[in-house]
This record gives sequence, C-alpha cells and structure tokens, in this order.
Amino acid sequence: MELTGAQALIKSLETEGVEVIFGLPGGAILPVYDPILDSPIRHILVRHEQGAGHAAEGYAQVTGRAGVAMVTSGPAATNIVTPLADAYMDSVPLVVVTGQVGTGSIGTDAFQECDTTGITMAITKHNWLVTDAADLPRIVAEAFHVATTGRPGPVLIDVPKDVSNATMEWYWPDDPSAGLPGYRPNLTGHPRMIREAARLLADAERPVIYAGGGILKAEASAALAELVALTGAPVVTTLMARGCFPDSHPLCLGMPGMHGNYTAVTALQQADLLVALGTRFDDRVTGKVDAFAPRAKVVHVDIDPAELSKVRRADVPIVGDARSVIEDLVVALRAERAQRDDDGRAPVDLAPWIATLRAWQERYPLRYEQVADGPLKPQFVIERLRDLTPDDTIVVSGVGQHQMWASQYWRFDHPRTWVNSGGLGTMGFAVPAAIGAKVGRPGSMVWAIDGDGCFQMTAQELVTATAERIPVKVAILNNAYLGMVRQWQEMFYDQRYSEVYLSPDLPDYVRWAEAMGCVGLRVEDPGEVDVAIEKANEIDDRPVVIDFRTDSAEMVYPMVPAGHSNDDIVVGPGMGEGGH
Amino acid sequence: MAERRPSARHHILSVLVENRAGVLSRVAALFSRRGYNIFSLAVAPTDDARFSRITVVVDVESTPLEQITKQLHKLVNVLKITELDPVDAVERELLLATVSAPPERRSQVIELVDLFGGAIVDVGAEQLTVSVSDTPSRLDDFEDLVRSYGIIELQRTGRVALAKVDRTPSRLRSVSGRIA
Repeated sequence: MELTGAQALIKSLETEGVEVIFGLPGGAILPVYDPILDSPIRHILVRHEQGAGHAAEGYAQVTGRAGVAMVTSGPAATNIVTPLADAYMDSVPLVVVTGQVGTGSIGTDAFQECDTTGITMAITKHNWLVTDAADLPRIVAEAFHVATTGRPGPVLIDVPKDVSNATMEWYWPDDPSAGLPGYRPNLTGHPRMIREAARLLADAERPVIYAGGGILKAEASAALAELVALTGAPVVTTLMARGCFPDSHPLCLGMPGMHGNYTAVTALQQADLLVALGTRFDDRVTGKVDAFAPRAKVVHVDIDPAELSKVRRADVPIVGDARSVIEDLVVALRAERAQRDDDGRAPVDLAPWIATLRAWQERYPLRYEQVADGPLKPQFVIERLRDLTPDDTIVVSGVGQHQMWASQYWRFDHPRTWVNSGGLGTMGFAVPAAIGAKVGRPGSMVWAIDGDGCFQMTAQELVTATAERIPVKVAILNNAYLGMVRQWQEMFYDQRYSEVYLSPDLPDYVRWAEAMGCVGLRVEDPGEVDVAIEKANEIDDRPVVIDFRTDSAEMVYPMVPAGHSNDDIVVGPGMGEGGH
Repeated sequence: MAERRPSARHHILSVLVENRAGVLSRVAALFSRRGYNIFSLAVAPTDDARFSRITVVVDVESTPLEQITKQLHKLVNVLKITELDPVDAVERELLLATVSAPPERRSQVIELVDLFGGAIVDVGAEQLTVSVSDTPSRLDDFEDLVRSYGIIELQRTGRVALAKVDRTPSRLRSVSGRIA
C-alpha cells in the first residue's frame, strides 16, 4: 500500500492507539493535517501551541498514556519548547510532532525555519529529524517506545514538508526497539540489593517511605500499599506523588519539602532509614542537602540510574521499575522476617516512632483562620472545593502559592487525580493541562485551581474548551498579586514589593470568562463560596470560571527558607524556627 | 588560559555511539548542559561503519564522573562507555606543527623530529611542517622542545585510546568465539 509520508504518519499514530491530538496547523505541517480529516483520531484545535503541549501533558498525567501534540515549524516549535521542558522535568510521556521546512531549505534561514531538533535536544528524551518518508512508521514506533518506557519523557519528531509529501510503501515495525541498540531500560532490581534493602527495613526504628512521582508512573500504588501494610512505615508523598498513597491512610504524612507540613518534613529529618521510591531528592524536598535527613541510611529505587547518588549518596541503590522492585522487596522482607522469626529475633517495634509522629501532627497541624466576615482565605476556598466535589475529582494547578495550598489542603485518595507542574514550575500550566485531563478522563470532574497571574498566561485555551465542549472548571484564587513572589519579597526583601501587583479587577475575570463562552462567577465573601461551587458543579455543558477574591496578605506556611536546613522550618506567621 | 597538560582530574572516556547525524552534537550538548568541561575530544567511525567511537577527556573529580557516564548512557544513541585508566590503556595523539627552520637550523629541527619518530610532511624556504604521533605526554615534551625554534602554527588532534589487550595466557581460559 503506497501512502504519502503524511498519511503514513497519521496511520502510524492510529496504529499506536492515539485517540486525540492537541495541535494547531501551519505551513510546514499542512500536508499532515489533510489526512486528519479522514482519521478517527480526534484533533483538538488549541489557540496557542504552548496550550497543545500542556494539554497533552494533562492528558498523559491522568491516563498514563503518551500525550500527543502536533504543531508547525519555527515559532510553533519554539512555542512548544516550554511544555517539552516541563514534561522532561516531570517525566511525562509526550510525543510532539513538528513540521519543518523542506529538506532542501534546511539551513538556509527559510521562512518559519528553526533548528527544532537542536533547540529541543536538551529537553527531550530523544528527538528525530525525519529525512525519508519510509522511516516514518519506524520512527513513530520508536518515539512512543522511548516516551513511555523506562523513565518516561517527551520526545519530538521533526517532519520536513517534502518528507510528508513524498510517498512510501506502508509497513509497521514488529519490534520498536530493534533500531535502538543503545536504549535498554533496566526494569528489574538487583536481588542482592533488594535483600540488603529488606535487611535495612527490618532493622529500622524510624523508617520513612519517601514516595515520588515514579510510583504513579510505574502504577505502583497497590504495591506501595502492600509494603506499608507489611512494614507499618509512614509515607511522605512528594508534590509529584500526591495521590499515589491515600492521604486518608493513617500512615500517610502528606507532602514534605519547602512548603511541606511539619510532620512530613521532620519525619524525614529524624528518620534512620529513607526508602526513596521513584523520587530524585529535589532541592525543594531536601532543603540544604548536607543537613537533609542526617542520620538516615538511604535505600534509593529509581528506573533512571543517573538519579541514584546524584544528590544524596545511596547506601543501597536499586535500579528498576518501582512496582517490580517494591513487589520484590515485599517478598524479600517477608523472607527476612521469617528468618529472624526462626532465629528468635523479635521484629522492631515502630510504635514509639509512630507515637512521635502523631504528637507532631497534633502539635503542628496545617492551619489558617477564616473569619466569617473577614477577607476570604484561599485555604478556605480549597477546603470547601475539596468537600463539595466528588472523591475522584481531578485537581490541576498552576505554579505558586495556590499550587502549594492545593497540595496541602486537598485530600488525595486516588492516583492520577493531581496534575501540576513540579520541576519546571511553569506558570500558566493549569488551564490547558485541565483541558487535556478532562479529555483523558471525561467521566471525572476536573477542577483547575489557578492563580490570577498564572491564569492570565494561558487563559485563551478556555476558548478551545468551549469550542470543543470540554467542561473544565477553574477556580482562580485571585489575590491580585504574583503571590509567591510577593511572599518572598515580604520575607526576604524587607517588604519591598517590586513588580508583583496585578490588580484584582483588571482584567475583569468574569467578563473575560463570558467572552470565552464560559460561565463566569465571582465570590468575594466567605458566605458565597459554597453556593458558587455548587452552581459550578452542576454546569456540565461548558467551562466555568470562578473569580475568588482572596486575601492578598495570606502566605504559604510552613516554609523552609531557601538554602536552609529542613530543621529550620517555620510553621506559621510570627513563629521562629522549628515551630517555636 | 586553560591548563594544557592533563591532571589527575582528567579521565578518558571511550564512548561507542551510533554513527548517525547529530550524535556528536548530543554528546557535546550534554557536557555543556551539565556543566562538565571537555579537555579534548576525538571522533571517527569504527571498523564497523554503523558505529563511531568518541574519545573524550573530561576534567572532573571522580564523583561527577559517575554522573557523566550515567547521563551519557541516557542518550539513546550511546551504546557503551568505557573509562580508560591511562595505566591500562594505549593512547596516541597526532601533532602537526609548522616550525621556523631557516637553512642554518633546519638540520637541528629534523634531528629533533627524528628523535620523536616523527616525519617532515612539508618543506618551505624558511619553514618545515612536521608531524609526530605519540602519547599525549611525549607530544607535550616535543612541543616544549620545538618551541625554541619558533612555532608558526600547531595543531593537535586530541587523544584516541583503546584498552590494553588482555595478557592472560590463552591456554588458561577458553577462547572459543572470543576472537572474531
């Protein structure tokens, strides 16, 4: 069967099981847009290429499948650089197809030409410049294989216009890894290392399981729950891991890190063993690395060997898929326990450790104060949203104060219900990512919790949502500031507020939402919160935006000042280090 | 000015890569992106045209070196990385130099080149172009000695290296299928 390169590309995507492409056409990708008309794949026309990338990320994060975005060359390719960098930092599987000028024009500074593969080399797991239409099925198969296996990540396929127009004989490769001799992810942990990890776990008096986003990528939540049941060890879930272990579980301590809660942060500090699973000792978790968990031995499990001992030396490094390793660890730990039992050695009693944690939880809970007729507190809005929406609601956030509050105050009880930009910290992520999440899981309610600064960066994608009938809901925590920057200027720059004021009513968010075909609501008073949320929950035929006018002065606590030890945690306003 | 002679912080990595467009650029970009300094780099196809070998000398302490090799391994086109200990490797580098050699001193220059097993590759009225192939440290010595005659231009290739062959007597182990 003879096909054009363009037809082969679309047929390859169909063969890969792609159900939706987020994209925006243009000159160099024109040939590929023609066969889309005849394809069962749904195409969602975004209003800016960045939106296509973040939507594909949102889709990928809630489904576990690769998100697909397609844009043209030059400025379209550079517009999707931010989502690629974002997906690379957060290990999100993404396949981005870009158009490119014809092969004869490459290097001539042709119209809408840029060195897309060169620009994206450092922010993709791999990329391909296609030079022969006959390579397309192979490259697409390789691209999906690389994006979704091992440590997931974004890949990019750059397709020159003449390659799309050329003809080729259709085929589909049997084995996508056949042409990738240098790509062999190691999935199974080393048995000796796993036995050693089991021995350390059996010995530990103050263990903490430090669960990262890798648990979600590896679909390892059930395995993790089994490990927790077996060990009775407490779990902290990082920003990327929220929901991988239920917040409602008594052994879930919640989020550690710069804005983590006191118990999660201090449990890591005081632990004698960290079992780090699919996590990378990010600086926002460790604080000052030299002072992080100083008495802890470290078992570090990651599918990416380069993460082991990158930041913190691992006593027991284990390369492998989180689920496979945890399952093996459970078996090894049972064997270790049985052996000790035979030897007449009693298991270590974790009760004193758990009692210590309980005391911290009681003494240092997250807190804020909502006065009935006082200014509306952002945390209150999030708590009401949490309590008035279904249990499996997907929450998507941007970056900043609202993101931290959402992570702190929501109760995540299911994997893949929390979507945010962790590593890159991309403002404007929420609206397009929420659209992608809703497309991926149309049966779930999707709420974006956004800041006013973030919202202004990508709000135009609500036009996409209205046009494509994707009923996402957006709660803008509108504090009229770039809130996190304001917080730092307040705390570390002597309240010298430089270029952080945005205004609460410019733009008018309600009228803006309405102009984009959404329902727009405004809430200024704590007493109006529930009514507005309930009204939004009932609307299912278009997007809803609620402009919550929140207290500008509210700050995110606890906080570990940048560059400090986690022991210096400040739990609330007017308090010194260590909560005193 | 960057230091010329390799120090204890220098490590030789022999990196086997797919011989494809852009691979050198990926390797070089990784070094700059992760903040590692390349001291020298040589690249050419191997006997098997599908692969190239990059011999790269990097300037790092040993802990970051582990990071470098792990990060290099993540490049899809990288097949194998070997760190070559200078003690267990054979190294060679090529030096080309155009040296001031007026007739009255020409024989001295030729003698020096002979001592280093080099060759005269071009001859002019007042200058000679010479080539020497040897270990990097021997080339350093040659460079120092030839400098007094006046170096007009000098170019070195950066080292290439291979692991030393195993000297274990073959009768002590099975060699079937080992020598292709």
